[in-house]
Amino acid sequence: MKAALCQIRPKLGDLDANFKTHHDWIDRATEASADLVLFPELSLTGYFLRDLTQEVALELNDPRLEQLIARSADGGPSLVIGFVERASDHRTYNSALFAEDGKVLSVHRKVHLPDYGIFEEGRYFAAGESFDLIQSKHGNFGVMICEDAWHLIPAWLHYLQGVDALLIPFASPARGIDANTAELTSQRAWRTLVSAQSLFFQSWVLQCNRVGYEDGALFWGGSIAADPSGQTVIEAESDEEELLIVEVDPAATRRARDFAPLLRDAKPGLVRRQLARILDDRDALRP
Amino acid sequence: MPKLPAPPQCHTELATKVLCGFLREESHRAGFQKAVLGLSGGIDSALVVELAARALGPENVLAVAMPYRTSNPISLELAQDSALHAGVALEVVDISTMADACIDQAGETDSLRRGNIMARARMITLYDRSARDNALVLGTSNKTELLLGYGTIHGDMASALNPVGDLYKSQIVALSRHLGVPKAIIYRPPSADLWSGQTDEEELGFTYDAVDALLVRLVDELWSRDQLIEAGFATDFVDGVRQRIRINQYKRRPPLIAKVANRTVNLDFRYARDWGT
Repeated sequence: MKAALCQIRPKLGDLDANFKTHHDWIDRATEASADLVLFPELSLTGYFLRDLTQEVALELNDPRLEQLIARSADGGPSLVIGFVERASDHRTYNSALFAEDGKVLSVHRKVHLPDYGIFEEGRYFAAGESFDLIQSKHGNFGVMICEDAWHLIPAWLHYLQGVDALLIPFASPARGIDANTAELTSQRAWRTLVSAQSLFFQSWVLQCNRVGYEDGALFWGGSIAADPSGQTVIEAESDEEELLIVEVDPAATRRARDFAPLLRDAKPGLVRRQLARILDDRDALRP
Repeated sequence: MPKLPAPPQCHTELATKVLCGFLREESHRAGFQKAVLGLSGGIDSALVVELAARALGPENVLAVAMPYRTSNPISLELAQDSALHAGVALEVVDISTMADACIDQAGETDSLRRGNIMARARMITLYDRSARDNALVLGTSNKTELLLGYGTIHGDMASALNPVGDLYKSQIVALSRHLGVPKAIIYRPPSADLWSGQTDEEELGFTYDAVDALLVRLVDELWSRDQLIEAGFATDFVDGVRQRIRINQYKRRPPLIAKVANRTVNLDFRYARDWGT
């Protein structure tokens, strides 16, 4: 299975321009024989939306979205697309849809909404409530959006459900230029995350960041993929637009899991019992 | 007393890349190819002109030196060196007539008011060239100055894009060395140049290295007051700097608007400046 990571530069709040960008990049990915095309977080809208959030929110039956979803039909690649989802009850979500064979197989609504520092997602979005496995013709996928990947449990839940590859659209602004290396602090952190997730969960991990500045903040690109043994297999060379093609080999997953049967030894029942006790005993930990 | 912690560092190549990308992308999406900035003969503007020349091409950058009659003549010479090194055109505008018209009209003034008038005369000159040349005004206020409020609101603090506002003075020095800013500028004591012999560090009462070491811990690394004092910073210094940061917050924010409607500009009418681009 070949996956394409589309490290694009969305225009802030310009849906028409961004729809066109998506069609163009799906063309490019198709030329590269990609089976799965992954776009960054909020790829259809840009990131620092603030009061634009409601304006650019799309219902799943939006004709422009349907046209894009249709690109996955008739032998087209499966698609992961970031957008602001307007639910029927008018809550807005930071979502990523998974489209295959012309249909939406799943919509992941970002669960962990950062609302600190430069981030204001809690102000604008409702939080998603689950991490559901996507059973695609290309394998089992688990989508986590950006901050979701800063928690271990979402990927573990996908792991228990049988995930082959974790798909992580994100939008990470640059910070930290004060170290000795020519690498942003934020980039080093994300590189650590991709290794950690792939090692812990013996799965392919595909992370797709965006590029470009918004109000002074740089989205630094650096899209990256790691195999189930924690090795980086490809990484964007720059903070410019870039198309990355990753060969996702299921045999690598089998080898990693045969070598160390961590999934066999996972203790979800223990976690359930102990978590129940912790939640009962400690009110402070209740969500 | 323990040795004081070090001032913040900066990876010069990475910083150059991020800041040049910022200047290029943010000016182009605002619809501008060109930039204009004031060159004082000091290090901050000398650094910004280097960055702008790299980001936009030297032919798209206009530097303006704006001496007042009491300015140190060396400042103009250094501004010329800096423009030459960056390869950009330099326009010299003597602001004496303009500033004196305001100063004479104002009656009895003190050095603070005269300094503010000069800073605003320079701002007027730059924004006029901005309209004339279709060029964005670049800011040169560094993070140390912004936090301490050591600048004139609507004067030197006015700009459209500021590439160095998140760099402390000590980082400005490191980056300037990297980009080849003339040594005479780098080693010159920072000065507002209102009168001969004036220096920032004398006026502020502390060195930039000392205050940067404090600020980076206080602002960026979230140290508490007690931790800072324990690390060796004098109590008066810590409290004085915290006080300066607080009382100058107004300079860093747009004016307060009396809220009476549902959606008020900047309070709950909130859009990025890069909206739609």
